[in-house]
Amino acid sequence: MLTGQALLEAIEGFGLVGRGGAAFPVSKKWRRMRDLSASKKYVVCNASEGEIGVAKDIHILRNFPDLVIKGLLLTMDFLDTKEAYINFNKDYYSQVKTSIDALLLACRNKHFLITIFQEEPSYIGGESGALLNAIEGRKTQPRVEPPSPSLRGIHGAPTLVHNVETLYDVARVALGEFQPTRFSTILGVENEGVYCVDVAASVAEILRQTDNYPKSPFFVQVGGGASGEIMRSDQAESASLSGCGSIEIYPQSTSAYFLLHKISQFYAKESCGKCAPCREGSWAIKELIDRLDPQIADADIPWQELWPLVDLMEQASLCGLGQAIAKPLKSYARNILRQEAL
Amino acid sequence: MSSNTTNENTTKQVTIYINEQAFLAQEGEAVLQVAMRHKLNIPHLCFHEDLPVEANCRLCLVEVLDQDRKSLTTSCTLQAREGLRVTTHTPKIEELRRTNLQLLLAKHVKRCPKCQQDLVCPAKKLIEEYHIKQHDERDEQSDASLKHQIHQMGTAAEFDPQMCIKCGKCVNVCSQIGINFLELEGKGAATHLTYSKNPQVDCIYCGQCTMHCPVTAVREQSHLSEVEAVLADPDKIVIAQMAPSVRASLGEEFGLEAGTNVEGQAYSALRALGFDHIFDVNMGADVTTMVEAHELVERLQARARGEAAALPMFTSCCPAWVKFVEFYTPELIPHLTSSRSPQIHSGAAYKTWWASKHNIDPKRLVVVSLMPCTSKKYEASLDKLQIDYQGQKLRPVDLVLTTRELGALLHKRGIDLLQLAQGQADELGLYSGAAAIYGASGGVMESALRSAAYLLTKKDLPRLNLEEVRGMKGIKRATVQIGELQLKVAVVATPMNARKVLSELKRDPRAYDYIEFMACPGGCIGGGGQPLHGTAAAIKQRTKALYQIDQNAPLRTAHSNPVVQEFLAWLEDKPTLKQQVLHTSYFAKDRFA
Repeated sequence: MLTGQALLEAIEGFGLVGRGGAAFPVSKKWRRMRDLSASKKYVVCNASEGEIGVAKDIHILRNFPDLVIKGLLLTMDFLDTKEAYINFNKDYYSQVKTSIDALLLACRNKHFLITIFQEEPSYIGGESGALLNAIEGRKTQPRVEPPSPSLRGIHGAPTLVHNVETLYDVARVALGEFQPTRFSTILGVENEGVYCVDVAASVAEILRQTDNYPKSPFFVQVGGGASGEIMRSDQAESASLSGCGSIEIYPQSTSAYFLLHKISQFYAKESCGKCAPCREGSWAIKELIDRLDPQIADADIPWQELWPLVDLMEQASLCGLGQAIAKPLKSYARNILRQEAL
Repeated sequence: MSSNTTNENTTKQVTIYINEQAFLAQEGEAVLQVAMRHKLNIPHLCFHEDLPVEANCRLCLVEVLDQDRKSLTTSCTLQAREGLRVTTHTPKIEELRRTNLQLLLAKHVKRCPKCQQDLVCPAKKLIEEYHIKQHDERDEQSDASLKHQIHQMGTAAEFDPQMCIKCGKCVNVCSQIGINFLELEGKGAATHLTYSKNPQVDCIYCGQCTMHCPVTAVREQSHLSEVEAVLADPDKIVIAQMAPSVRASLGEEFGLEAGTNVEGQAYSALRALGFDHIFDVNMGADVTTMVEAHELVERLQARARGEAAALPMFTSCCPAWVKFVEFYTPELIPHLTSSRSPQIHSGAAYKTWWASKHNIDPKRLVVVSLMPCTSKKYEASLDKLQIDYQGQKLRPVDLVLTTRELGALLHKRGIDLLQLAQGQADELGLYSGAAAIYGASGGVMESALRSAAYLLTKKDLPRLNLEEVRGMKGIKRATVQIGELQLKVAVVATPMNARKVLSELKRDPRAYDYIEFMACPGGCIGGGGQPLHGTAAAIKQRTKALYQIDQNAPLRTAHSNPVVQEFLAWLEDKPTLKQQVLHTSYFAKDRFA
């Protein structure tokens, strides 16, 4: 099994990137963290998975808990630290408690202290600053940067946050079992579920390979129901899997109202309330959509009222979660409705 | 260059460019702060240089130019670095600010007591500048915060969750001074300002929250309309008395630098407003000094005789500190001096001694205090401070305006402080330099010791200036030699520091003989009624002005003030009245009581 420097080099060789959504190179994170001189460092396994309709992390935790914990231990070993946390979606933890607890007990016997923090399931709970605040017992809200949470994380110590799937990948590399695959949650199809897919395949290829390619006209959202890009089926031929790797199929006949309603409800419910653009903007967007007749024609949606609010959230929100609302809405308008101004 | 001698502690000077203009900055300093220092206008609501950066209002966005790449970021979090280039007002940024402000301030004017009275309101300025439309009925019905009502903090201050923009400055300052009464609760649009659910926590009315609110959602309980009403009432004889600190801060309401002494102009302004007599709380401070010095001497002498004496003696002129003791540590009540506070002393002097001297029915007198403080409103309203005099119940002080309210009233009446000639106070406004420094943390101590020394040794201290109790430190300790006596004293500002000193006392009850406590940072000069957004740097400048007044004063000690001497002599053969006018008592307080 690879460890330490050899593991780092292998990770770099495979071009491993974070699977939480931001796709940041793992080797870069590791180097930066290793080079910080600090008496204490923490690793956090992020098992929050707050995006709409994404279930790949719980799939991995159910099927490969040993590999996730192994990845966590390898990361701790690399940073020469004995302390880590799992930021655990409370509902997830209750589902996999038996296997995880047994694994953590074994870790404790080897003097690795891994603490489970049970997070109230939420979108913001997976944001790195917010999860660190929550672990410290503060309000689950993003932190003002600088300093970056990696430099000053839990109790001011450098803290490396990895997603469940990233740690699973680290373990696969260390064990020499790595394949260029990732997990994709596929929704809006007959056989909804989590699939193991080729990272190089396009969205359309994945749909075909998994036997999920729709028979009727459709459009698709890639990379999360809240923050993923919406594209036409022809665009899906060349688009690769991004973000947290989900694919959601919508029938071509889906109304703008339906999408706006789904997304605006989600943001209004999940905004943490810290910054004005997201708190007030998400509420104002929800209010705007709530006032509409659900049968409203796509063209009659008051887009001119909507876009300044979306713009504000995109450009002025404190954290990436509020900023993300623009991606599905603007890509939908551009790709599906062909609004030219965007 | 000394680049190889620099270490981490020395901050480097860098040049940054704001709107193409070069400015010097400390490396790592917030760009917003550099802009503010040079009076460049970047709209912002949540930033304050002495509080944690929350970066939540997002109004201070600027465009950063980095090798042909433009990006938007908040200037409160953007750190100055060599060659940094930012633009503060692009069409895109202005559009985002307008949308943002539309969401934050759409309901402001209708709910804002200042806007409703056409008074100066910082939020109103933004509303006008960005043409923010005020809300209609439909918006109001869907408002998530609608169920939250105005909460009153005693008779001092209040907050309106519906006007609040959740910037959190009030919460942070309340925590910074060590009270933690205010909280932001809830998530998303349901986030709202509220108070702690902890029964062990109560507001002490210091008003620091009101001084830091950018949108008048947290504010003093206004006495403005009452003051305007009595000024317009021909049957009333209205007396103005200004606290020591107001003369060193009122100028800021008219754009003057912090620490400009505008005493003379303020007297003229009060006359222009229609006050019939202009007296001064400073005279009351000299009374307080005498009462407190006497009591200190008595307690010290009692201890010397081996009798029980509640030492250390605590000052009590800060009503927020008194509320702190009454709620948090009622077991320490005996340590508080029984002396009433300056505004209450002088107010009673007008309504008893001065009224009888001039044959005026005291019921016609209305005393209005101008204070840097919100807790003085609460103090003035306390029934226990009423005086039975000639068969009447008299309130020593009827109404209290904060420095901000006075500024707003002058602006409303079109009275420009800067255009006024230096006026004088009327005869009861005579005060000593010892009174002037009451506004600064350490000033009460210094004044009382000057007079206590005189009482004990029959002569003045060889050195009147007690430098060791001056300055901005939250806890100052000194040993003062008075004749044979070595007096151990401490001067404490903010409850945060008070708790530290009280726990010192728990370990060593004889650690001190006399302690001055103030709720606000820097003392009254940093009080919760002072001009909005006051900084530690401003407090420092104002404090200098107070010590300058003392240094130049013809009288330097309370016991040398002839007005005080005459008033105290008049009380001498009226023991019941004397007790009422000069002393008070304290009671353990329940929450919200």
